[in-house]
Amino acid sequence: MLGKLTWSAVPFDQPIIMITSGVIALVLFAILALVTVKGWWPYLWREWITSVDHKRIGVMYVLLALVMLVRGFADAIMMRSQLALAAGGAQGYLPPEHYDQIFSAHGTIMIFFVAMPIVIGLMNFAVPLQLGIRDVAFPVLNNVSFWLTAAGVLLVNLSLFVGEFARTGWLGYPPLSEIAYSPGVGVDYYLWSLQISGLGTLLSGINLTTTILKLRARGMGYMRMPVFCWTALASNLLIVAAFPVLTATFAMLLLDRYCGFHFFTNDAGGNPMMYINLIWIWGHPEVYILILPAFGVFSEVVATFAGKPLFGYRSMVMATMVICVLSFVVWLHHFFTMGAGANVNAFFGMMTMIIAVPTGVKVFNWLFTLYGGRIRFTVPVYWTLGFMVTFVIGGMTGVLMAIPPADFVLHNSLFLIAHFHNTAIGGVLFGAMAGYTYWFPKAFGFKLDERLGKAVFWCWFIGFYLAFMPLYVLGLLGATRRMQHYPDAHWQPLMLVALAGAVLILCGIGLTVVQLVHSIRTREQRRDRTGDPWNGRTLEWSIPSPPPAWNFAQLPRIESNDAYWAMKQGAHGVEPPAAHSHAPLHLPPSNPTGVLLAFFSVVLGFALIWHIWWMAIIGLLGAVAVGLVQAWRPDHEVVIPADQIAAFYGRQAAEEIAA
Amino acid sequence: MSVVDPTASTPGFVPLSRRGPAPIQAVVGYGFWLFLLSDIIIFAALFATYAVLSGETNGGPPGATLFDKTHVFIETACLLLSSVTCGFASLAVQRRDKVFAYLWMVATFILGALFLHLEWSEFAVMVASGNAPSRSAFLSAFFTLVGTHGLHVTIGLTALAVMLLQIETLGFSQKVRGRFYCFSLFWHALDIVWIGVFTIVYLGAR
Amino acid sequence: MLATRLKTIPRTIALSAITLPLASCGEGVLDPQGPIGKAELILLCDAAAIMLPVVIPVILLTVCFAWWFRADNVRARYRPEWEYSGRIEMIVWSIPTLVIIFLGGIAWIGSHDLDPPRPIDSAVAPLEIDVVSLDWKWLFVYRHENVASVNQLVVPVGTPLRFRLTSASVMNSFFVPQLGSQIYTMAGMATRLNLQADRAGTYQGLSAQFSGDGFSDMRFQVVAVLADQFAAWLDTAKTSGGALDTAAYRAFAHPSKAVAPTTFAHVEPGLFETVLTGWTSAASHEEH
Repeated sequence: MLGKLTWSAVPFDQPIIMITSGVIALVLFAILALVTVKGWWPYLWREWITSVDHKRIGVMYVLLALVMLVRGFADAIMMRSQLALAAGGAQGYLPPEHYDQIFSAHGTIMIFFVAMPIVIGLMNFAVPLQLGIRDVAFPVLNNVSFWLTAAGVLLVNLSLFVGEFARTGWLGYPPLSEIAYSPGVGVDYYLWSLQISGLGTLLSGINLTTTILKLRARGMGYMRMPVFCWTALASNLLIVAAFPVLTATFAMLLLDRYCGFHFFTNDAGGNPMMYINLIWIWGHPEVYILILPAFGVFSEVVATFAGKPLFGYRSMVMATMVICVLSFVVWLHHFFTMGAGANVNAFFGMMTMIIAVPTGVKVFNWLFTLYGGRIRFTVPVYWTLGFMVTFVIGGMTGVLMAIPPADFVLHNSLFLIAHFHNTAIGGVLFGAMAGYTYWFPKAFGFKLDERLGKAVFWCWFIGFYLAFMPLYVLGLLGATRRMQHYPDAHWQPLMLVALAGAVLILCGIGLTVVQLVHSIRTREQRRDRTGDPWNGRTLEWSIPSPPPAWNFAQLPRIESNDAYWAMKQGAHGVEPPAAHSHAPLHLPPSNPTGVLLAFFSVVLGFALIWHIWWMAIIGLLGAVAVGLVQAWRPDHEVVIPADQIAAFYGRQAAEEIAA
Repeated sequence: MSVVDPTASTPGFVPLSRRGPAPIQAVVGYGFWLFLLSDIIIFAALFATYAVLSGETNGGPPGATLFDKTHVFIETACLLLSSVTCGFASLAVQRRDKVFAYLWMVATFILGALFLHLEWSEFAVMVASGNAPSRSAFLSAFFTLVGTHGLHVTIGLTALAVMLLQIETLGFSQKVRGRFYCFSLFWHALDIVWIGVFTIVYLGAR
Repeated sequence: MLATRLKTIPRTIALSAITLPLASCGEGVLDPQGPIGKAELILLCDAAAIMLPVVIPVILLTVCFAWWFRADNVRARYRPEWEYSGRIEMIVWSIPTLVIIFLGGIAWIGSHDLDPPRPIDSAVAPLEIDVVSLDWKWLFVYRHENVASVNQLVVPVGTPLRFRLTSASVMNSFFVPQLGSQIYTMAGMATRLNLQADRAGTYQGLSAQFSGDGFSDMRFQVVAVLADQFAAWLDTAKTSGGALDTAAYRAFAHPSKAVAPTTFAHVEPGLFETVLTGWTSAASHEEH
C-alpha cells in the first residue's frame, strides 16, 4: 500500500534530526496559524501565491532562497564544527552516515535552492523593469517555474524527517549513487527533487531568454540594453542549453536505479565516466549561470554609485558572451585525474585559462569605472568592492588548478573547496546581496538600514576569509574534502579558525534578519518617494517604488544606453506620468496553475521516491488535469481603468512633493 | 558611445532590434522554438550516450543482428508521412477549414499511432527474446534513446487529440491557431530527431 | 570530556601559531619527497608567481581607486562622461591574454612531462605495483614479488614506482600528497601512475574521492626504506603473511572500515586482471 514507506523511515532515534524537525514543524505551524488567525489567506492566495506579476514572483524566489540559505548554512556549521572536533583519534559528534548526508545536502541546497533561486529572482524582478516592459514573455509559465522550484525545495526538506538524503556528494557520482551501493531513498530524494526543480529552471530560462530577445522597449537595440540584461541573457541561454543535459543524465541514473538499466553501473558494460562527463557538461555552464548575473549586478552598482557610465560597455558585453560560449568547452577540468591523457588534459586546461581573459577584462573595466567617479559608499558598493578584492584571489586559485599537473595534487582537496567557495561566496553571494540591497527599495518602497547592512557585509567578508583561507592551507597540507575525521591533530587549529569564520558568517545571516525586521519597523522614515533613491541610470528607477502592477503606463522610448540617466540629463527632463492622459491597461489575471502543478509534482515525486505506485499515478493524472484546465481557461484580462491609473500617478506626485 | 551609429544616417529606418516589443504570436513561437531546442539537447545527450555505449553488448547480440530493417523502414515511412499530413493540417487550420483540418489531423494521428504500434512490437519482440534493456549497456542506451522518442510521439498524439478538442470547442481562435502552430513545430522536430535515430541507430548498426 | 577539550584549545592555538609555519613546509604538497611532487610544486609556485604581479596590483588599485574617488574627496577629478578609452581597452585585453598565453604554454608542457602514465627516467629498474581500492581499504600487490599488503605501501627509496590501479567497488582516488600526482581508481578500468620517493620516511596516503561511509579511514602509509631494508621486508612478508587466493580475496573484499595494515604472502597470479574484468564487491555491498 505505501511502498517502501514505513514508520522506520522516521529517524526517531536521532535526537538532532527529531529536535530540528520539531522546531521546523513548530515554526511552520506558528506561521500558518498566524496567517489563518489574521485572515491573510485570501490576500496571500490572490496577491502572491497565484500572482503572475514578475516582481512578486521575483520577490518570492528571493525569499525562498533566503530561507534555504538558513537551512544550507545549518549544514555548513555542522560540518565545520564536526571537523573542528574530529581530529586525531576523535570521531566528533556526527557519524559518517549522518555527516555524508549533511555535506551532500549542503552542496545540493546551496547551488540549486539558494544560489539559483536568488539569481533567478533578481533577474525576474529587474530584467522586465530594465527593459521597459510590463511583464515577462509568459507570465503564467513564470509562476509555474517558481512553484516547481518550491516543490523541489519541499521534497529536499521532507528528506530530513521522512527517510534520508543522498550520501553521495552533491553531484551523486555513480557507481556510488547506483542502487547496488546506495539502496536507500536518499539518492531518489536527490534525483526527483532536482528533476522537478530543474524543469522549473528550464522553463524560467526559456521565459527570460524570450523576454530579453523579443520584448524590449522601443529603441532598445541590443547595444543599448543594460549590462545586467546582457548577463541575464547569457545566463538564461546557458540554462536553456545546459539544463536539458542535467535532466537527461538524471533520467538515465533513475532508469538504472528503478528499472535495472546499465548506463553507469559497474557491470554489464555500464560506464560511470559517462555520467561524470555529462554532469559536468551541465555543471560547468551552471557555474556561469550563477556568476554572470552577479557580474551584471556589480556592473549596475559600480556605474550607479560612481555616477558615471560603465567603462567599456562593448568590451563588457563581448566578455560576457565569450564566457557564455567558452563555458561549454571546459568541463573536463573537473576530472583531470581520470587519466584522459596529456593532450586532452592540456586542451581543457588551456580552454579553462582562456576564460580568465574575459573575466579579467571585466575586473579591469569595473576598476576603470571607479576611476574618475564620485563614489558613494553605500552597502551595494561595499559588496562590490569586497567582491573585486576577493574574486581575483578565487580566480587566481582557479587558474592554478586549471594547470593539469597542479590539479593532480590539488584535486578534491580542501584547496578546491576554498577555491569554489571563494568564487561562490565572493562572487555569487556578494552579488546577490548587492542586488538584494540595491533593488530592495524598488521592490518595497523603502531602503534597508545602511548601518546594519554594513555590519552584515563585514561579518560575511571577514567571516569568509577566516573560514576559507585556512582551507587553502589545509588543502596544501594534504587534507581532502568530505572526510568525516582526520588523524592529523595539528590540523585542528586551522579547523578551529575556519569554524570561527563560519560563526562570524552566522552573525551575518542573523544580522540580515535583524536588518530586514528593523527596516520594516522603521519603514516610514526610510521611504523612497521619488522612485529613484540611488540616482540610478536604468529604466527601473524611472517608475515609482514599489512599481504599479503595470510597471509603465506608457512604454518608454529609448534613445541611448543608460536610458533613464539620459532622460534626466535631457533638455526636457523626465515627464511625470501624471501629466499624461491614460488609456485603460489589460493585465493577465492571477492563476492557480503553478501552485496546483507543484502540489501534484510533490505527490508524484514523493510517491516515486517511496515506490507508492498508485499515488504516483494520482500525481501524474492530477498534473495532466491541471494542464488541461489551463488549456481551456478563458483569457479574462484584468482591466485597469484609466482613472485608476491617473489617480495612482496623482497620488505619487503629491507624495513626492510632500517629501 | 563614441562609435558612430550607421543607422542614424538613414532617416526613417529603424533596425529590427529597436522596434519595440514583438507581437504576441511571434513571442509564443519564439519561446516554443527555444523549448524545442532544449528538447533536442536532451536527445543530443542520449545520442552521445548511445554512441559511447553502443559497443557494450555484454556478450549479447549487437544491433545489426537485432534490428529488422524492413520493419524500421515502414516505421520511418509512417512518421515521415505523418509530417506531410501534419503540414496539410496546418494549412487547413490557417484557412480555417474545419473539415480538412479534422481530416488531416486524424490522418496524422493514425500514422503516428501506427508508428508507435510498430515501435512497440519491435520492443516486445526484443524483450521476449531476452534482449531487455537490463541485458547490457548497449540495450539500455538503445531502449532509452528510441523510447524517449517514442514517449515524445505519445505526448504528441495526446497533444493532437487535445488540439482536435480545442478546435471543436474554442474554434479557430488566434490562441488555438497559435497552439496548433506550436504542435506542428513539435511534430516536425520529432521527425528530424527520428532521422537521426534511423541513421545512427539502425543504419549505423554493426 | 568536552570541557577538557575546550581547555586545551587556547594552548593548541598558541602552539600552532609557532609551529604552523614549520608544519606547513613539513607536510603535504608543500614538502614533496619525489621528482613528481617536486616538479608539481615548482609548477604551482611558478604559476602563482606569474599571476600575483597582476592580482596584487588589481587588489591594491581597487582599494586605492575606491578611496581616492570617494564622493567627499574634493581633490579627485570627477569625469561623469568618461566611459571609453581605446588605449586602456587594448591594455585591459592584452594583460590577461599575455598572462594566459604564458601559463598555457606551461600547462601544455607540464601536462606532457607530468602525464601520470609517463615512466620516470631512471637507471634503476622500476618496481611494479598493482593497486586495488576496495570498500574501504587499499590492496597493494607487488606484481613480480607475489606479495601483497593492505593499507601500507613499503617501497625502496630512489626506485621508480610503476602503478596500475583499479577499483573493486566504487570510485576512489589514490593520492600520496608528498609524492605527487593522484589518479582515480575505477572498476573495470586500469589507470596508470608513476611516482618515486627520493628520501626514506613515512608518508601519508589517502583516498581523495569520496567513496561512502568508510571513506575517512581509507588512509595508508607509504614507508620508503633503503633497498636492503625493502628486501628484508619482502622476506618477512613472504614468510609471515597468509595466502590471498580467490576465497581469501572474496572475504577480504567484504566492506570493512579502518582496516589495520597487514600483508599476504602468496597472491594468486592474475588477481588484478580478475578484479579488472568485473569482479566487483557489489553483491557484498548489498548485504551490508
